[in-house]
Amino acid sequence: MSGRVLVGVKRVIDYAVKIRVKPDKSGVVTDGVKHSMNPFCEIAVEEAVKLKEKKLIKEVVAVSCGPQQAQETIRTALAMGADRGIHVEVSGKDYDNLGPLHVSKIMAALAKKEEAQLVILGKQAIDDDCNQTGQMTAALLDWPQGTFASEVTLEGGKVKVVREIDGGLETVKINMPAVVTADLRLNTPRYATLPNIMKAKKKKIANVKPSELGVDLTSRLEVLRVDEPPQRQAGIKVETVDDLVGKLRETGSI
Amino acid sequence: MAAGGVLRVARLTANICRRHRFFAGRSAQRRGVASCIDPSHGLTDEQKEFQKVAFDFAANEMAPHMAEWDQKEMFPVETMRKAAQLGFGGIYVQPDVGGSGLSRLDTSVIFEALSTGCVSTTAYISIHNMCAWMIDSFGNEEQRQTFCPQLCSMEKFASYCLTEPGSGSDAASLLTSAQRQGDHYILNGSKAFISGGGESDIYVVMCRTGAKGPKGISCLLVEKGTPGLSFGKKEQKVGWNSQPTRAVIFEDCAVPASNLLGVEGQGFTIAMKGLNGGRINIASCSLGAAHASIQLTRDHLLVRKQFGETLSNNQFLQFKLAEMATDLVASRLLVRQAAVALQEERADAVQLCSMAKLFATDHCFNICNQALQMHGGYGYLKDYAVQQFVRDIRVHQILEGTNEVMRMIISRSLLTET
Repeated sequence: MSGRVLVGVKRVIDYAVKIRVKPDKSGVVTDGVKHSMNPFCEIAVEEAVKLKEKKLIKEVVAVSCGPQQAQETIRTALAMGADRGIHVEVSGKDYDNLGPLHVSKIMAALAKKEEAQLVILGKQAIDDDCNQTGQMTAALLDWPQGTFASEVTLEGGKVKVVREIDGGLETVKINMPAVVTADLRLNTPRYATLPNIMKAKKKKIANVKPSELGVDLTSRLEVLRVDEPPQRQAGIKVETVDDLVGKLRETGSI
Repeated sequence: MAAGGVLRVARLTANICRRHRFFAGRSAQRRGVASCIDPSHGLTDEQKEFQKVAFDFAANEMAPHMAEWDQKEMFPVETMRKAAQLGFGGIYVQPDVGGSGLSRLDTSVIFEALSTGCVSTTAYISIHNMCAWMIDSFGNEEQRQTFCPQLCSMEKFASYCLTEPGSGSDAASLLTSAQRQGDHYILNGSKAFISGGGESDIYVVMCRTGAKGPKGISCLLVEKGTPGLSFGKKEQKVGWNSQPTRAVIFEDCAVPASNLLGVEGQGFTIAMKGLNGGRINIASCSLGAAHASIQLTRDHLLVRKQFGETLSNNQFLQFKLAEMATDLVASRLLVRQAAVALQEERADAVQLCSMAKLFATDHCFNICNQALQMHGGYGYLKDYAVQQFVRDIRVHQILEGTNEVMRMIISRSLLTET
């Protein structure tokens, strides 16, 4: 096995920012707004770096798709311990329309090109909450997948993944190469240390265009409108259970 | 208590949405939102990375405990050691002895960010850094190798001992004597208001080996446990409560002559050089507090309603907020310029550091004080962080050279210019 792990990292609006919808309803305001690495991607990077520290894999490659600023996110991954980065340049309209299917095609192409043994992604991004990229990437590669991982162990040529599912915890053992998506409790991401941030400066980030990977970025989806969630309405107080049932019938809830 | 209730609900909802390391609570409001006062403007990508780590550390490891450390007067050793693991124990100490080898500007950016989590703890870390730097810069190879690595990792803690009961602003008149006897110096005297006193392992002590005045002063490293070294009672302070402050007492305390930093008579110079950086650090801590206070105030103005609308619609408060923001940015620019000047060893560095300390600590205190006022009655409650920022940075106008002494340094420079 190549001992190489690909980790996808996405630059998203920081989780603490109050999101505002653009006046023209075409999306949310991103200009001048604080961005950072998707929290689930941080967990993915941490898991990959941990595997390297345990000497179970040899190299961690951080990948991000986006405009120039995506390099900041890759640098953060490098500062956490990734060995090198790949910046897939996507900007302007292409970036606005970039969705999980495109990213999956890109990740699949890179996984093949880099002969990755493992692709680790965050389970979902906190901006679109799609939860699709990992699954689609595995499907495109025809690789097994272990999603919503709360525990990842490498055993022999296989990966044991404990998955958080609705009913509880499910353990699957999948062959490598495989795709794993990180869930919240997989680990606690480390802080980058000052020396590592400085070392990260010397690590290489390669630039790649989607066309070089044979990926077509035309979107099959069109965003019609983005709206704020409806304002919370005041409730009504009722005196008896009959009143409650009556009111529920009135509003068509039952 | 309506506004308080709304704020608490807002914090609760925020808490439910955040788990794990993202359990930010009150501190979520302090995460920098891009705006005109964003402290990352004008920084290099690398500096932004340093700042990000410091902000994250402050939000996750310090801010949730800031009030408890203050109320229970706890010295957060474990948290500081965690900070040291990230490289914050010797930020501008050279890497060959365990430091991070960063610039004064990088250091200012880092302390400013850490301060948003807890001013008192960050200020102590900055004093510790100053001591580590003094040993790194003026120590011989053996001293550097013996002391610096342990300080950079915060395995050991350091304190800076200059002030005495009888000499504060008039530091050069200090009386603690160090008599050479064989291969030891015998110290007699006492130091006052020593940050970390009683807890620290290494005391950087300015003492008199020669005649009166600055040229008779030397710098000795005294280790805790040395016979003749004792401490006064822990002082009860208005702020800076996460670090103990005690008198440090020397009674026929014998210190190995090999612990002399530099040469005899160099002590005052070493002390002042340490303070130049120390002043930038303290000013940076004030910046962080002011930034956090402005964020808190802004959030409060957007939530609190009186007279049928949110306070943010009140022009006086809008203008006050604008003034606070302007003063913060002006202070920050001066502090960062001073940091660059010090790094480059420019001719005006000392004066600029004094100006930066004077300006920033005064303005930032006023910002925090004004922020408290704008919180109304809530600002006076210990449930709200703004009062702790006010109490914690009040002392920045006094220590590391009072703001009056800063004026002395600046006017002296102006009036003796040819």
